[in-house]
Amino acid sequence: MTKRDSDNPQGFSRRQALKLGAVSTVAVGAPAFFTRNAWAENFRNDPGNASSVTFGFNVPQTGPYADEGADELRAYKLAVKHLNGEGDGGMLNTMTPKHLKGNGVLGKKVVYVTGDTQTKSDAARASAKRMMEKDGVIMISGGSSSGVAVAVQGLAQEMGVIFMCGLTHSNDTTGKDKKRYGFRHFFNAYMSGRALGPVLKEEYGNQRQAYHLTADYTWGWTQEESIKNTTEELGWKTTATVRTPVGAGDFSQYITPVLNSGADVLILNHYGKDMINSLTQAVQFGLRDKQVNGKNFEIIVPLFSRLMAQGAGDNIKGILGTTNWNWSLQDDASKAFVKSFGQEYGAPPSQAAQTCYVQALLYANACEMAGTFYPPEVIKALEGFKFDGMGNGPTEYRAADHQCFKDVLVVRGNENPSSQFDLLKVVKIVPRSQVEYDPKIFGGDLGPYKV
Amino acid sequence: MSIPSPRNDWILMAVFTAAVLAMPVWLAPIGAAYPDLLQKFAIFGIFAIGFNILFGLTGYLSFGHAAFLGVGSYAAVWSFKLLTMNVLPAVLFGTVLAGLFAVLIGFVSLRRSGIYFSILTLAFAQMSYNLAYSVLTPITNGETGLQLTLQDPRVIDNAISAPGEGLPWTELFGIKMSGYPGFYFCAVMLIIAFFISLRIFRSPFGMMLLAIKSNQTRMSYTGFNTRPYLLVAFVISGMYAGLAGSLLAVTDPLAGAERMQWTASGEVVLMTILGGVGTLVGPMLGAGIIKYFENIFSAYNDQILHGIFAALPDGIEAVVVAVTGLFVGEGWHLTLGALFMIIVIFLPGGLVEGARRIKSFFVRRSLRRHGIRTDQPVTRV
Repeated sequence: MTKRDSDNPQGFSRRQALKLGAVSTVAVGAPAFFTRNAWAENFRNDPGNASSVTFGFNVPQTGPYADEGADELRAYKLAVKHLNGEGDGGMLNTMTPKHLKGNGVLGKKVVYVTGDTQTKSDAARASAKRMMEKDGVIMISGGSSSGVAVAVQGLAQEMGVIFMCGLTHSNDTTGKDKKRYGFRHFFNAYMSGRALGPVLKEEYGNQRQAYHLTADYTWGWTQEESIKNTTEELGWKTTATVRTPVGAGDFSQYITPVLNSGADVLILNHYGKDMINSLTQAVQFGLRDKQVNGKNFEIIVPLFSRLMAQGAGDNIKGILGTTNWNWSLQDDASKAFVKSFGQEYGAPPSQAAQTCYVQALLYANACEMAGTFYPPEVIKALEGFKFDGMGNGPTEYRAADHQCFKDVLVVRGNENPSSQFDLLKVVKIVPRSQVEYDPKIFGGDLGPYKV
Repeated sequence: MSIPSPRNDWILMAVFTAAVLAMPVWLAPIGAAYPDLLQKFAIFGIFAIGFNILFGLTGYLSFGHAAFLGVGSYAAVWSFKLLTMNVLPAVLFGTVLAGLFAVLIGFVSLRRSGIYFSILTLAFAQMSYNLAYSVLTPITNGETGLQLTLQDPRVIDNAISAPGEGLPWTELFGIKMSGYPGFYFCAVMLIIAFFISLRIFRSPFGMMLLAIKSNQTRMSYTGFNTRPYLLVAFVISGMYAGLAGSLLAVTDPLAGAERMQWTASGEVVLMTILGGVGTLVGPMLGAGIIKYFENIFSAYNDQILHGIFAALPDGIEAVVVAVTGLFVGEGWHLTLGALFMIIVIFLPGGLVEGARRIKSFFVRRSLRRHGIRTDQPVTRV
């Protein structure tokens, strides 16, 4: 054998073979050593006896929704501060019923890790996986795109880590793609449509021709569908629905055809920087000065936020839309939150910040209620949870689809803003009963508690 | 790198195998030893090694390789949806379909060389991206990405046993393909891919490709028809990308259109150049570094930085955190860009050239110490 080896330079000597064998054994055996502890815990990332518990905040730091992401992160940092009993407490002072004690969660100090979703499903899942596998987070929250929310929610279900959705407005998130481990505080496109309908009828009548420009992903599709259903119920006609890529930047090629389409209303199913760009260009093309069919041409942005209004400047004046929350609300909870956010960062919070802040608090509160971090118990505590004093009035986490039900605000771009933040004026607070629906209409299945 | 000889190649293979399989051990100190990132190292290693077969050997710079990655992913997810959660058919379909796709694109693009070839591949990839993004939404589910659902037919699985509650897992005959088992599956694929790449580099076919790189016109004048060779290299490289794409789906059954975007094509070019074009291990190194930056550096926030620099006095600490904060977190692209510039300017051969220079420096010094003249540059030691 050895003799033949010396003749054959390609072969292994016995010594080489032994060495290689030893190295491979170590290499293959090593992971068993590292994963051995996995058997000891009964759920993923059990904090056990540790003195702290880690939350994962996965927000877009780059891409078309980066502004919202930055504000979400500010809100999360504030929430962690308040949970740990630092600062002025914010909404912890107004929340009812409250089980939080201001000493962290279940006596453990809250720490956090952050990640960049880049508003891409792949990147968001990679970032979420890092948090779950490396940083040992007990829950993940954040996101500013429904595509990302749906993708991360699926992962959360697989891995058994609760995901508290940030800003996501698609019907699918708590509709056909709903998951047992995903929860949404934000409202959705269906509710926007229900809330906007009566106001549109009052303002623009029932003889209109609508043209839709829609962000081409789950949120855009469902919002287009919901708004279309609402307006067609009013008697409006839909001239065309055009899909535009997310982050397109230049919308002029989509806006030019609107001019000669015979439509007299343009509905922009866009969000973030996309909405800022498309609205600005639509105004520059003179759409709002036009008269079509003997009526003033109108633009509607069904999902509005103050950050977008800030970006679009004067162009948003008079434009109608809906929003989850606005800092100008005068209830105690909103005032307390705006005050502590303003003290910390020098600007009022956006609706994205509010929903993320509330989500972090609600999760922590559910852990206190359940008395454990064990996800199935926490989920049960959140399902059907009724609360108040979080800025939206009485709210309920519906058990059947993990969607929060609360009042919806119809807003208009302020004609005479008194400050650089006073950009949206609340036209109408639509009560919860008007925007409620049967969870069955969107289908989907929550899946099991235990994974 | 040592002189290529069968013996040295076996040693290289053994070292590479050991290094890849032991990644969970030796990457732990730098915080990279968690399954998801390890899987990414292996998968993008395959992608870059395959890209290097085309770019490193023939010099044809494809700017559209992400298209094959995407095709591989979509094919794999459809295999999970329609047939079975077993990963072998998924990997097979992903690789083969990407290969077929490469035949089509390569057949057209390879009619031109140089920058025209690059632009053609870029155009095809961008076309595929837009198709996946909007036109082919029924097949690709657009921006939301293709995911598994409870309603999927999964004919083979459902014929064997009734579907369970909740979404099924990707598996290899009962072994769950997430976490460490998923990594080892990808690692084995990487080792096989590396071995094939090594054999191609050493084969007459590889020589032929290198000859095309050095002077294609001369090859034509000596009577060789170079196009079939190029097409084969292009298809092999496309299949590597397809394999990588299907492995992405294996470890995480979701396929999004952004996998086909030009930035993803650019990334693999960066990986290859960063590591060393035309070298065997270079692309793997480059892939590792870029993925490490993307996943670890991007996660650093002020809280972590304050922890690192806590030992410094307060005033200085705040300044240090503010400055370093620019280069981590959302600024990780900046660090990567700076690193890339340094490499391209000072080490055009990539990290592998850097390693070679360090090695030759030490060898020269030890030779000098033994009184051996080193007027002639020591190469190939």
